[in-house]
Amino acid sequence: MSSSTHDLDALIAQKYRHGFVTDIESDTVPPGLDEDVVRLISRKKGEPQFMLDWRLRAFRHWHTMREPDWAHLRIAPIDYQSISYYSAPKKKDGPKSLDEVDPKLLATYEKLGVPLHERARLAGVAVDAVFDSVSVATTFKEKLARAGVIFCPFSDAVRDHPALIEQYLGSVVPYTDNYFATLNSAVFSDGSFVYVPKGVRCPMELSTYFRINAANTGQFERTLIVADEGSHVSYLEGCTAPMRDENQLHAAVVELVALADADIKYSTVQNWYPGDEEGRGGIYNFVTKRGECRGANSHISWTQVETGSAITWKYPSCVLTGENSVGEFYSVALANHFQQADTGTKMIHIGRNTRSTIVSKGISAGRGQNTYRGLVKILPSADGARNYTQCDSLLMGDRCGAHTFPYMEIRNPGAVVEHEATTSRIADDQLFYCRSRGISEEDAVNMIVNGFCKAVFKELPMEFAVEAQNLLSVSLEGAVG
Amino acid sequence: MLKIRDLHAQIGARKILKGIDLEVGTGQVHAIMGPNGSGKSTLASVLAGRDGYEVTQGTVEYLGRDLLELEPEERARAGVFLAFQYPVEIPGVNNAYLLKAALNAVRKQRGESEVDAFEFLALVREKMKLMQMDESFLGRGVNEGFSGGEKKRNEILQMAVLEPRLALLDETDSGLDIDALRVVANGVNSLRSADRAIVMVTHYQRLLDYIEPDFVHVLSGGRILMSGDRTLALELERRGYDWVRQEAQVA
Repeated sequence: MSSSTHDLDALIAQKYRHGFVTDIESDTVPPGLDEDVVRLISRKKGEPQFMLDWRLRAFRHWHTMREPDWAHLRIAPIDYQSISYYSAPKKKDGPKSLDEVDPKLLATYEKLGVPLHERARLAGVAVDAVFDSVSVATTFKEKLARAGVIFCPFSDAVRDHPALIEQYLGSVVPYTDNYFATLNSAVFSDGSFVYVPKGVRCPMELSTYFRINAANTGQFERTLIVADEGSHVSYLEGCTAPMRDENQLHAAVVELVALADADIKYSTVQNWYPGDEEGRGGIYNFVTKRGECRGANSHISWTQVETGSAITWKYPSCVLTGENSVGEFYSVALANHFQQADTGTKMIHIGRNTRSTIVSKGISAGRGQNTYRGLVKILPSADGARNYTQCDSLLMGDRCGAHTFPYMEIRNPGAVVEHEATTSRIADDQLFYCRSRGISEEDAVNMIVNGFCKAVFKELPMEFAVEAQNLLSVSLEGAVG
Repeated sequence: MLKIRDLHAQIGARKILKGIDLEVGTGQVHAIMGPNGSGKSTLASVLAGRDGYEVTQGTVEYLGRDLLELEPEERARAGVFLAFQYPVEIPGVNNAYLLKAALNAVRKQRGESEVDAFEFLALVREKMKLMQMDESFLGRGVNEGFSGGEKKRNEILQMAVLEPRLALLDETDSGLDIDALRVVANGVNSLRSADRAIVMVTHYQRLLDYIEPDFVHVLSGGRILMSGDRTLALELERRGYDWVRQEAQVA
């Protein structure tokens, strides 16, 4: 406790500490979106024809769609023509190794706490870093290659492993899926690709750090993780952005495919710029994340800590196709100041004896609005399916809101579905109890919030758990008192 | 150690304390008795700094400082400890974690080095033996799912670990069966010392059979109506609180 108490003082003294801008020359296309822009992106990345065709199909489909308005969110209109759809740090050819990466970029990641060299080596975490639209460096490529694991920027994968991309891209989130996923399919610029071959246990945690730097730029990255039969992989995702007065759009797509007996653990600590205390600026985080347990006995686990973004619209989901497959969703979502979060999950039970667990912890403070939205769908084929949902809300102050929309669609009479929900307030007597033991009010709040989130934090890899706790304490600064 | 002069306090517009005078010396044990609603718990809460009470008049001096000026955590770090009548549950926050944070906050104030996990465990295990508590309790959430008796034991355990100068026990005997009462009293007695003062607030005299006070005060209607030694409590037990009120009117 003692050291974290000290760190906390330091942490509280600073606000959004990732809010700096890196002065770097970038290659940014002018704002606007039409077919030519889609073609331009594809050409800049030297993509094969199938990729361009897919993008164009998505783009044409996008025109037939309307922005969704069912979420419990107030969203200022987004002008899709004022966004630039491609921005890349300027460079000659792609970096062959870390030594060729612009030192300014590396310094940026250093500032973010992602020193690509040292930390990766020490921690044994392989890092892919996505800066604005383009993946700039992937560490540990060789060691992974020896294990047969492919971990590379998405655009490299399109070039080097087109067969895998063609087979799996859009197989979980089709380009027709939803407004933002369809837009992403048309204009996505980069992201990460992972393939873990049969029977391989990935020798290290894989990690991607996403960073939006350029102004008026949307970030549309796409991540695809394929775990072949009997393989195992743990993947971490971190996100930050500079402080800007205007809202910036982040519309990512993540697809996970777990074949028979495979295991994918996907952890996110999302710390996009949330806007200032008056609600100006901040990232619109409209993300589609979905995994399919395609094979029998496969397992997908989502863990997310959502502290940033002005608006979060995100439902990491599991399609449980394979028999005996297991889907899990553990979430902490914080909405402070004017932040809005509408987040949750979908568990679609198709195969027999499929099981899912949902643990959602929503924290609302300031004027924040936090919504849990979850769907548990059990199809007639899913004999013996089980779901357990626990959904807790914590309120701080009296101007925030917590909302819960649990949907259930049960079409198999043998299914067992449990749902528990609680709403509580950080009580004055809890705070007084801690203070009467000599603990400061800020520390007491952090202690109580961390206690509330414990069931989720214990699902995070060690390093991330510490980061998540620190993030919460910074994000809750001044929430009480 | 503690000097209370003409203390008036209210909740909203309701006046509860109407002029308390009390002096507690180092090494002394005082019992404050009184009927329900007499202001006993309010007095303990005001001394510990709980929100919602407005002090409208009077002073409280603790070790030469103005106690009412201090925030609750500052009071705690200065050696004031309140054992709660209704200890609060804090789900998910580990007992050991809270207690270690509290101990280090107090030690820091005293200019002592912080204890590490091993020192802390050694200390807390010794105190737990005294309170006859099972070690599994350390890993449980603060008061989470504790029985009434366990909660009260936990309060005294915290007190034993934090070693306050001034301990305020608010109805520590309420809700305890006779065995638990013995354990709790035993814990409190082990903390009696020449440089520590204890103020017990209680409704019943039975606690005083186990923790013998040096002074007994009877609080009624927000004032101390009568003070005496141990025998006053026995007299009270026999004659009831009405007797004190009548006596006070006569006087």
